[in-house]
Amino acid sequence: MTTETIASRAPKRRLRDRLPVVHQLRQSVGLQRGMLVAGLVITAVFVLVALLAPWLAPYGFAQLRNDQGSFGSSQPPSPEHVWGTTVGGYDVLSRVLWGAQTALLVIIVAVVLSLFVGVLLGLFSGYFGGWLDRVLVVVCDAIYAFPALLLAILMAIIISGGQSSLLGGVLAAAISITVIFIPQYFRVIRAETVRIKAEAYVESAKVLGAPSSRIMFRHVLRNATRTLPLIFTLNSSEAILTLAGLGFLGFGIEPTSGAEWGYDLNKSLADVSSGIWWTALYPGLAIVFAVLGITLVGESLNDLADPRLRGRRRVAQSAGDVAETSVVPGGTLTAGPGGLRGLEDGETFDEHGIEVKP
Amino acid sequence: MSTVVDIKGLGVSFATDAGAVKAVDDVSLSVERGEVLAVVGESGSGKTVTAKTILGLLPETATTRGAVILSNKAGTAEHDVISISKKQLRSVRGTDVAMIFQEPSTALNPVYTVGWQIIEGLQAHTDISSKDARIKAVDALRRVGIPDPEVRIDHYPHQFSGGQKQRIVIAMALVLDPGLIVADEPTTALDVTVQAEILDLLRRCRDEFGMGIVLITHNMGVVADLADRVVVMYQGRVVEEADAQTLFASPQADYTKALLAAVPYVGHGTVRAAERAAARPTNWAEQPPVVEAKGLEIVYPGRFGRPGFRAVNGVDFVIRPGEVLGLVGESGSGKTTIGRAIAGLTGVTGGSLTVLGHEMNGIRERDFRPSRSRIGFVFQDPASSFNPLLTIADCVAEPLVIHGRARDASAARKRVDELLEAVQLPRAYGDRYPHELSGGQRQRASLARSLALEPELLIADEPTSALDVSVQARVLELFAELQLEFGFASLFISHDLAVVDLLADRIAVMYRGSLVEEGTGVEVLGSPVDPYTQRLLASLPVPDPVAQAERREHLWRLREGD
Repeated sequence: MTTETIASRAPKRRLRDRLPVVHQLRQSVGLQRGMLVAGLVITAVFVLVALLAPWLAPYGFAQLRNDQGSFGSSQPPSPEHVWGTTVGGYDVLSRVLWGAQTALLVIIVAVVLSLFVGVLLGLFSGYFGGWLDRVLVVVCDAIYAFPALLLAILMAIIISGGQSSLLGGVLAAAISITVIFIPQYFRVIRAETVRIKAEAYVESAKVLGAPSSRIMFRHVLRNATRTLPLIFTLNSSEAILTLAGLGFLGFGIEPTSGAEWGYDLNKSLADVSSGIWWTALYPGLAIVFAVLGITLVGESLNDLADPRLRGRRRVAQSAGDVAETSVVPGGTLTAGPGGLRGLEDGETFDEHGIEVKP
Repeated sequence: MSTVVDIKGLGVSFATDAGAVKAVDDVSLSVERGEVLAVVGESGSGKTVTAKTILGLLPETATTRGAVILSNKAGTAEHDVISISKKQLRSVRGTDVAMIFQEPSTALNPVYTVGWQIIEGLQAHTDISSKDARIKAVDALRRVGIPDPEVRIDHYPHQFSGGQKQRIVIAMALVLDPGLIVADEPTTALDVTVQAEILDLLRRCRDEFGMGIVLITHNMGVVADLADRVVVMYQGRVVEEADAQTLFASPQADYTKALLAAVPYVGHGTVRAAERAAARPTNWAEQPPVVEAKGLEIVYPGRFGRPGFRAVNGVDFVIRPGEVLGLVGESGSGKTTIGRAIAGLTGVTGGSLTVLGHEMNGIRERDFRPSRSRIGFVFQDPASSFNPLLTIADCVAEPLVIHGRARDASAARKRVDELLEAVQLPRAYGDRYPHELSGGQRQRASLARSLALEPELLIADEPTSALDVSVQARVLELFAELQLEFGFASLFISHDLAVVDLLADRIAVMYRGSLVEEGTGVEVLGSPVDPYTQRLLASLPVPDPVAQAERREHLWRLREGD
């Protein structure tokens, strides 16, 4: 029967099947694949633009004049300024391209900070329980009760007094976003930890006398991180929106220290009624596309992670082989009557050089 | 007699991540009115998929071939379940065929009263007034043996016991008077004493209401008790079909023979226990016991302002070095709690429990940790007792690393290989991940891990209850061999008397937190004194239709005596 397939060592999964996103890409079919690919392409463009902004952008983000003199305020699109200029006299195209860099920086800082703090807190809180757990849960619930943007504004004011340089502005925005995100990571990891804590393999580690730190990091944490890529992507898009919201309300980054889509939208408010469409349209589109791309990736990862939501190709009528369900190859029959020898890998014992007990 | 369901050349395939998998391959069978057809086989043999096809309950990933012709009770209409529309399928379900699920507590909706749930099914299929429907529902509950049905119809599922819930599920199936009932492992989740009652009820369904029953089970005792005809499935195919008497008396297919040979009988282990007892040195009984419980009490704290739940109530027992104590009882009897208390996973609240010289009542984890290397623990569910991200070799090496016998998993590899060999697993399996092993293989790896430190005491909590019969037989045999070789003392917890009998030197029977009977296998199984033990023993179905019929009579007499 299928003794050969059982005898040969289980094939190691290839690297491309184990990488988080690549694996899902290979697994997906149909509409889900389309969504994932679209999301990945948009996100890739966003990241590339952010990295290559200094070379892609025709002008600097705070540049007001070049050799031919000042750019001029609210100029319509022209060969020199493909997307026109803003009321403040900046080049719209350059501001949009540089804005991607700021957005990416904020995402990275915010998500990395909240990831570490949230995951650690969740792990400790879930594993040890007790009064620490109760206090942390109440604090996180309290943070949930606040409107996220209001909290971010509050943090921005506390951290930087509202306005600041590129690094300070990015940090202020990132930390204020972090405060909103920590409860999310905390909640997810805590719930998973509480679930995993009751699993038999954690109890078995306890019975073996493993110290708490070993159980937490070796057995619990590694099994609790499954849903993180998903929250990671969804939070990234939320981070962009919060940053844009902060900028729009005037708590963002000064135009001289960094390009920021929300700030540009704020300044173009008055332009819309006077027929100057280009100052609002492009930063707005940039926000929409960046958020759309990352959300598409996150949503498709979510669907693909759930076997019930995951689409599969239909199989042909009664196709496929009958799965080998018996633990004894060739059926219980091949194992000698009552004997443990010859069980499960009867013929392969010699192959592996294992002596069969007489 | 008329045929209620006729399956012809059924094939079912599933689309999975790993490609197409065929679950059922060219299966043909039929059920007459008033007949119980048992479908037996190990897990993955396609028996549940076959049953679900009869109700059109397969998931969207499945493709089917062949025909499932379902007739109504009167025999006036026929439908091919595979080809009819969803709307027709809905009308067929309930009226022509009903299903009884394995887990009664999940088959009932917890937020509605049981009456509501029975009436819902009635009103979905017939134009019946609420008043008449209620009368019918009460009648159905009475017929399945629920006391005071007029009152209890307004109770919620959680107010019923597990056996009563299964009765209600059967009432829901009966109320529409279908011609066929598909029962998927209807008693697997229930205790042996309750199982006997449910089997009686199913027998009445057949005899009094003339229903055909498709009984899916892996328990040969249940088959012997209830079935008229048996279909044995293996790897998606029917390997043998015969009436029950013939099948048990002279099985034809080799697989069926092997399956029947693997079923443990009560009374098989007594000879071995006597041999072991004779081989012991004379001063053995005077040795200090490994575990000693005196008036042991374990109370789980109740919710705010409520009294706690007394799981173990004044239990005394001892386990001496090298001795296997079998602990038997139904679910909720406190047997697992005792095992967990010995391992220090659950706190002792009263009395005294001495484990390896430590008093467990009020012990601190820090003081007990050094002694943990002297205790092994085998868990019930082999699927969850391994960290899915570590290889088997890493998992087996864990105890060695934790107790400083090896620096890391790779340094311990030599010892791990020895251990894997000791439990009859090939060395190469050490590089596999837990999900790449079958249940039986995992349970052996679990044994290897618990034996890594050569413990003096091994606690085995239902180590074989999640395994198929054929696999269980081999794991039990391995356990006995290892016990002989390593000479550890053991607490072997199980709900199955036959399993405990195979291994244990002494058997203790738990009932509702108290120890009702204790003694050697011959004493407890041969001439039980306690009425509960008597009933437990009589409820255990044996895989022999003739003997089982006699036992059934005996059980009825016992019940009438109560």
